[in-house]
Amino acid sequence: MLTKQIESVQEGVARIRDGDTVMIGGFGEAGSPIELIHALIDLGATNLTVINNNTGSGEVGLAALIKEKRVAKMICSYPRTANSTVFPKLYKEGDIELELVPQGTLAERIRAGGAGIPAFYTPASFGTPLADGKETRTINDKQYVLEYGLTADFALIKGKVADTYGNVIYNKTARNFAPIMAMAGNTTVVQAERIVPAGDLDAETIVTPGIFVQQVVEVCEPLLESALVAEGASYP
Amino acid sequence: MSALSRDDMAKRLAQDIPSGSYVNLGIGIPELVAKYVPEGREFIYHTENGLLGMGPAPKEGEGDPELINAGKKQVTALQGAAYFHHADSFAMIRGGHLDLCVLGALQVSKEGDLANWSTGAPDAIPAVGGAMDLVAGVKSIYVLTQHTTKNGEPKLVESCTYPLTGVGVVNRIYTDLAVIDVTDEGFRLVELSPGVDFEYVQERTDAPLLPMKD
Repeated sequence: MLTKQIESVQEGVARIRDGDTVMIGGFGEAGSPIELIHALIDLGATNLTVINNNTGSGEVGLAALIKEKRVAKMICSYPRTANSTVFPKLYKEGDIELELVPQGTLAERIRAGGAGIPAFYTPASFGTPLADGKETRTINDKQYVLEYGLTADFALIKGKVADTYGNVIYNKTARNFAPIMAMAGNTTVVQAERIVPAGDLDAETIVTPGIFVQQVVEVCEPLLESALVAEGASYP
Repeated sequence: MSALSRDDMAKRLAQDIPSGSYVNLGIGIPELVAKYVPEGREFIYHTENGLLGMGPAPKEGEGDPELINAGKKQVTALQGAAYFHHADSFAMIRGGHLDLCVLGALQVSKEGDLANWSTGAPDAIPAVGGAMDLVAGVKSIYVLTQHTTKNGEPKLVESCTYPLTGVGVVNRIYTDLAVIDVTDEGFRLVELSPGVDFEYVQERTDAPLLPMKD
């Protein structure tokens, strides 16, 4: 029987190459696939473009990946948060590029990319500096900004439970960007607290259908970013 | 002069939200609105990271780090709550499905332009979040803010000098001094805080203030 289950997070990130674009799920720590990110740090791929709503906190997870200078460019909506010090420092030193995108535009660009829509018009940001240099259009007397869909070589996301076909359900607000990133990633790797045999999840409640997922790996007790930050942990 | 406290400002605004409204509260003073739902009314709170039916902070030790609000603080999910992904969340916002959004402000112009995400300082790390989507799509945008900055500079201005969040998007402003509508003619006074007079508010507003309609 077909299975997408792999044995380790290392295997999940092994084919990520220098210069790749990687979508990483999560809104703050909720939904952050911290074990996959740490495996990516160990792998050593560099010059990455990373798409995430934020830039991590402390010196673990996404912030650690940035601190190790593996990320050439961040595409995000809110690059500073409480305990976020790594990105601001590198940004001020000119060591990392930032593409700032309104949060809903970021979400829709990812959704569009995963849905085969190359671009779309949105009212958000019209008349603001974030629309500078972008095409605009008036439709039914309202003004809109053209935004392009986003895809990625890899999407790394965190689920609650996945099955061996790659169907995924999530935990509360940890869902955030994961279902749309799963659609937009050429290879989507899901870490979940439990991997169950196909058929064990109720087909009516599946959030991400397995067609959007290439690999699932079990991480039974995922690390918590806020707990690591509170104890001053850093990775590696 | 007795300007309203932050809590009283939030309480005043809450009086104007109809029961059954779907509401998104911004970070800061707007968060306080949830404490003052008038007796007999029910609002359903949306948080753009993916929850309708958001409740207050959990009791000590009962929270889930993956149940948070847009400010990344732990919250609870009330009976009848629903979780959804980010594209659906912003479809609710941009698609005009939310009734009201309450936001803070750096500046509001008499045309209803809002600046609330950046002072444009060259060394600042730019961060925008969902504010531009919210002002573009939610049916009513209320601003809840102090009338002036800490240095006493007006926040209600002829035209914004800070980078804009949206053009012509603000409907109404609640401050410590007054409630003011943004109209086609400019700022129009709706209500003065107790003990505050028109001239006092006008002196602290950097654009003409139209008197209350009878």
